[in-house]
Amino acid sequence: MQELERAGMGSTRVTRKGNNVVLLEKDLQTEQMVLAMGPQHPSTHGVLKLECLTDGEVVTHAEPYLGYLHRCFEKCCENVDYQAVIPYTDRLDYLAGMNSEFAYAITVEKLLDIEIPRRVEFIRVIVAELNRIASHLVAIGTYGIDLGAFTPFLFCFRDREIILSLLEWASGARMLYNYIWVGGLAYDVPADFNKRVMEFVTYFRPKTVELYKLLTENEIFVKRTRGIGIMPADVAINYGWSGPMLRGSGVKWDLRRNDPYSIYPELDFEVPVPDGKVSDIGDCLSRHLVRALEMDESLKIIEQCIQKMPSSEGFNARSAVPKRVRPKAGEVYGRAENPRGELGFYIQSDGKSTKPLRCKSRSSCFVNLSAMKDLSKGQLIPDLVAIIGSIDIVLGEIDR
Amino acid sequence: MGNSLNAWSEALVGFTPMGLPLGLVILAAIPLVFIALYSLTYGVYGERKISAFMQDRLGPMEVGKWGILQTIADILKLLQKEDIVPTSADKFLFVIGPGVLFVGSFLAYAVLPFSSSFIGASLNVGLFFAIGIVAIEVVGILAAGWGSNNKWSLYGAVRSVAQIVSYEIPAAIALLCGAMMAGTLDMQKITMLQSGSYGFAHFFLFQSPIAWLPFLIYFIASLAEVNRAPFDIPEAESELVAGYFTEYSGMKFAVIFLAEYGSMFMVSAIISIVFLGGWNSPLPDIGSFALNAWTNGPVWGVFWIIMKGFFFIFVQMWLRWTLPRLRVDQLMYLCWKVLTPFAFVSFVLTAIWVIYVP
Repeated sequence: MQELERAGMGSTRVTRKGNNVVLLEKDLQTEQMVLAMGPQHPSTHGVLKLECLTDGEVVTHAEPYLGYLHRCFEKCCENVDYQAVIPYTDRLDYLAGMNSEFAYAITVEKLLDIEIPRRVEFIRVIVAELNRIASHLVAIGTYGIDLGAFTPFLFCFRDREIILSLLEWASGARMLYNYIWVGGLAYDVPADFNKRVMEFVTYFRPKTVELYKLLTENEIFVKRTRGIGIMPADVAINYGWSGPMLRGSGVKWDLRRNDPYSIYPELDFEVPVPDGKVSDIGDCLSRHLVRALEMDESLKIIEQCIQKMPSSEGFNARSAVPKRVRPKAGEVYGRAENPRGELGFYIQSDGKSTKPLRCKSRSSCFVNLSAMKDLSKGQLIPDLVAIIGSIDIVLGEIDR
Repeated sequence: MGNSLNAWSEALVGFTPMGLPLGLVILAAIPLVFIALYSLTYGVYGERKISAFMQDRLGPMEVGKWGILQTIADILKLLQKEDIVPTSADKFLFVIGPGVLFVGSFLAYAVLPFSSSFIGASLNVGLFFAIGIVAIEVVGILAAGWGSNNKWSLYGAVRSVAQIVSYEIPAAIALLCGAMMAGTLDMQKITMLQSGSYGFAHFFLFQSPIAWLPFLIYFIASLAEVNRAPFDIPEAESELVAGYFTEYSGMKFAVIFLAEYGSMFMVSAIISIVFLGGWNSPLPDIGSFALNAWTNGPVWGVFWIIMKGFFFIFVQMWLRWTLPRLRVDQLMYLCWKVLTPFAFVSFVLTAIWVIYVP
């Protein structure tokens, strides 16, 4: 009888008749189903695999499986020169190659302790912010697709195309740039670059409003994202979240402000965090909002950079580029604010070689994704898709 | 030419093996099949062009002028594809699934009056038949989803069945409002009751002050019944890969795809028949300009109903390319807690209107 009562606490239903316990029904729970979501699934954004345990449509447990895109980035770095690592960094977060190069370049410059021309800094910030906008456009567009809205995606890609052609004009490549070098740039920007960038800025301002009206303010979109996948600020910090994810939880943390690098301290821009009016702090909508608002801030930064930029007279983009990068023995950790969060490089040098002894990258997506298990518990499958989309993962950076 | 065609059709009418009017059935079926096939061929083409227009693209441009023949090329391509049946699938269910789906969506065409002199089967319970026959699609979807032996397909099928069965209730009640105003379930009679020299003013939508409510309810519910956005959760490609037809390829896939467009036109035609006068011209007579009389007639009828149907298909596409998708529970909430109560309200109000106001 006691056994039955104990069982009654679980999945078996019992009832009392006088002093006797009568078994009503054994194991009311339905069978759980293992659902392999990915690596070939439209909304896992690449080759992420989630092994879900589902009870009907409710996901009781989700385990991410990684490594389908592993390319030994860190081992490769140990076998090439410092300068030759840069093309590899492009392939980490392939949607924001400029930002990855930027992070790597400032890390090695920290190790070398070299001074770089001021114009280089401005150009770096411009291309990095342009790339941030492009990356956020992909994030927002694909998030729309995840929730079933196809049109915003194509609007985003139309505008992203302009950025890509601008960056192609400057560097010669559309996605994998190899433009920001240690100590400088591959080339100076083309003659009319600033004018065309300003044209883009004036063109793009109204488009952000259009996107906001089409997607962010959409009743169904809000219903699908508001209050879904809430991550409290303290848990987010414990997980090591960064970037729009952490800001979505209400923490005003932006490395461009909190650990300033390059010329960011001279520039005037806001760090957008949700105020809890249109979204619940920490939910999917907040993360989406942060990205949408950051695009406006990036436009502001680009405008200021173009106004303040020193002229190209007597400028050589490679003047400070060392012939051979051979830092003193030591180690350094450098980080930059990427579209997806903090991208850090930890580099060890033995002082003799022109190749890094160790090059570890701290990937923001990987850290952000680690909370998936917590976030997905008890969610419906459509909400799981919404959550993955709001994390905005790029598998190139997760698997490295 | 005309004479020989007449003689040919009369000979066909006389074809009654074993006392069954098979010839008559064939005679009615030929134009119906053509209307259905044309509407869905250009439905698919229109969808691609309209979505392209909304998304700043060109859409199909290569096959024929402006890509007009794209759908035909697609069908030809799909015909040549290998017909794959997964080894672990339930072969019987897997094969009959698309067929049942296709039949279910096209059977309702039989009772749609395309003009004053052309209706496939003039049933006196035509509307009831049209509502009921759509439910056959559920069997096809369930067979396809279960027979595929794929978890995503199963999810899609379960969702789809839940959705279609639920949304039939508000849809049917909304249509009943129209039937009450007409006092008959015969589709042809419902249409005839809406004709008159004032054109659109005779349509049921403008005949009573509350008709817009069942009209709106039926339109929303019909979106869910044919699995169109924002209610396309059974085939939600970002969640369930492709829902119940994940495993289908080649012509079986094409059949499912065409069935979807077939039912899109079917619900659009039903809503135009019950609320917007079917084959009646919407143009009113203005003084001596007998616009209504000029634009009515058997051939004009076909034109009007197809135009009205295409208008609703356009609205469906417009919605699809604008809105995100609802979640499963939100969909059910909308059906049971919003649409169904309002459908009952409109039912009662229409009943009062019909009884107490002329």
